[in-house]
Amino acid sequence: MKTLGAVLTVIGVLVLVWYAACIPMNIKGVLTEAERAGVVVDPPEAKVRRDMSSVGLSLSNSFAIPATWAQERPRLPAPHQVAVELWDTTVAKKITSKRSLVYHGWVTLSATLLGFAIGTGLGILLAVGIVHSRVMDMSVMPWAIVSQTIPIIALAPMIIVVLYSVGVQGIVPKAIISAYLSFFPVVVGMVKGLRSPDAMQLDLLRTYHASKAQGFWKLRLPASMPYLSTSLKIGIAASLVGAIVGELPTGAVSGLGARLLAGSYYGQTIQIWSALFAAAILAAALVGLLGVIERVILRRMGMLT
Amino acid sequence: MTGEPVIVAEGLNLTFETADSPVHALKDVDLTINKGDFVSFIGPSGCGKTTFLRTMAALEHPTGGTISVNGVSPEEARKNRAYGYVFQAAGLYPWRTIARNIRLPLEIMGYSREDMQARVNSVLQLVDLEGFGEKFPWQLSGGMQQRASIARALAFDADILLMDEPFGALDEIVRDHLNEQLLALWDRTGKTIAFVTHSIPEAVYLSTKIVVMSPRPGRIADVIDSTLPSERPLEIRDSPEFIEIAHRVREGLRAGHSYDD
Repeated sequence: MKTLGAVLTVIGVLVLVWYAACIPMNIKGVLTEAERAGVVVDPPEAKVRRDMSSVGLSLSNSFAIPATWAQERPRLPAPHQVAVELWDTTVAKKITSKRSLVYHGWVTLSATLLGFAIGTGLGILLAVGIVHSRVMDMSVMPWAIVSQTIPIIALAPMIIVVLYSVGVQGIVPKAIISAYLSFFPVVVGMVKGLRSPDAMQLDLLRTYHASKAQGFWKLRLPASMPYLSTSLKIGIAASLVGAIVGELPTGAVSGLGARLLAGSYYGQTIQIWSALFAAAILAAALVGLLGVIERVILRRMGMLT
Repeated sequence: MTGEPVIVAEGLNLTFETADSPVHALKDVDLTINKGDFVSFIGPSGCGKTTFLRTMAALEHPTGGTISVNGVSPEEARKNRAYGYVFQAAGLYPWRTIARNIRLPLEIMGYSREDMQARVNSVLQLVDLEGFGEKFPWQLSGGMQQRASIARALAFDADILLMDEPFGALDEIVRDHLNEQLLALWDRTGKTIAFVTHSIPEAVYLSTKIVVMSPRPGRIADVIDSTLPSERPLEIRDSPEFIEIAHRVREGLRAGHSYDD
């Protein structure tokens, strides 16, 4: 009950700050509209207003404050405007509609999941190789690290162009960009996890004359599970970012990234914000789902009290 | 009591090459352990007692001299499943129940399902842990976990039990109790036990033979054959005989100048 109170307090403060920020952000646009509609504003000259501070204008025209939360194309949409747009484009719209966020979310989600699967599989394979082969440790690990130092926004168009030229398009290029981002946390986490058994546990297996494969399946792999689940949570969020970034440079017409881009072309800030929130909610849901799966598996393994 | 030789070390040397200077972990060690013996290795840290035990288990390899286990090399003996090893920490897998932890060596060695079940049940009984098979390690006390790790070492019928300070991390009351149980177990099973410790009372109470070692270089300072009867209640530790053996162990440790530097 105490934690619920704390959580609600933080949310309440954030929403209040957001509403407060809307006033100076949107006041100039509101006053211009009001002037056109024949309302007397202070000061009346648009030129003078342009050079005045937004906060000062808000104070001298306090009658206009409610209008800053209700513009059609505000600089900063108010929370309820984003919420209404989210509701309209998810629940109130048919899923098949091109304006439905559920539709766009699904387009992005499918690329995310495919990319996450590829990234996780690749990450685990690389980690197994790195742990068992010194050559791979020396040769692959540095490249895995270098790969993450290149901004994905610079790399994504090239991946898409190269794949398009060999005839690959649609979901696959996006999935590859998303795999590119998600394999790394899996590699790092799994390498750490597979190396987590201490010298004594490895010696114990040696006294049983156990093979390398037995050591892997009976000790290293189960010992790495807690590390893997942490990595997967980071990886799936990275996958989603990858899929959205993959939609930006292609002029894609569907997907959350496409909604973001279209919104920014036409100044539809409410649409941008609702797409952003949809992406955040999707990421939170995916991480939450992985958390549930993690708890179930660890409980079955007896590693959760 | 004395059977045929099981572990024979002759002129055993083991030198670790380190960055600055070689470390003589074992120097010219000769020792014979007979079948059914309970041999304790005692000495300060750095005297090579753990290294010696690890050499018997082929976890370390001697740089000179010979060592044989059951007449063959330690590697061969390992393949024949000649010994079980108990470490200082129980080292149970947290994701396996106690029963499945004990099954681990059996799975690796390829025992049949029914055989595994029977063996797990019998060793659980041997270490007094019946009814705890389905518990996870974190649900057991430290002493019970260590007993489970002994059961794990006993499960595959090795004749030799190598124990490296198995009770070192436990408090004295638990330790006394486990010492008593270990003696009873040794009596019942007739195993050959090599036991590393740094507690003089523990060494004297448990052993038929006490090997006193001293450091730099690691070597044997004295070998004491115990005159205590095989029936040993805890009170035996107050008897004059016990105190005399303990005294001789202490003398041996002092003669090695082990605490001077």
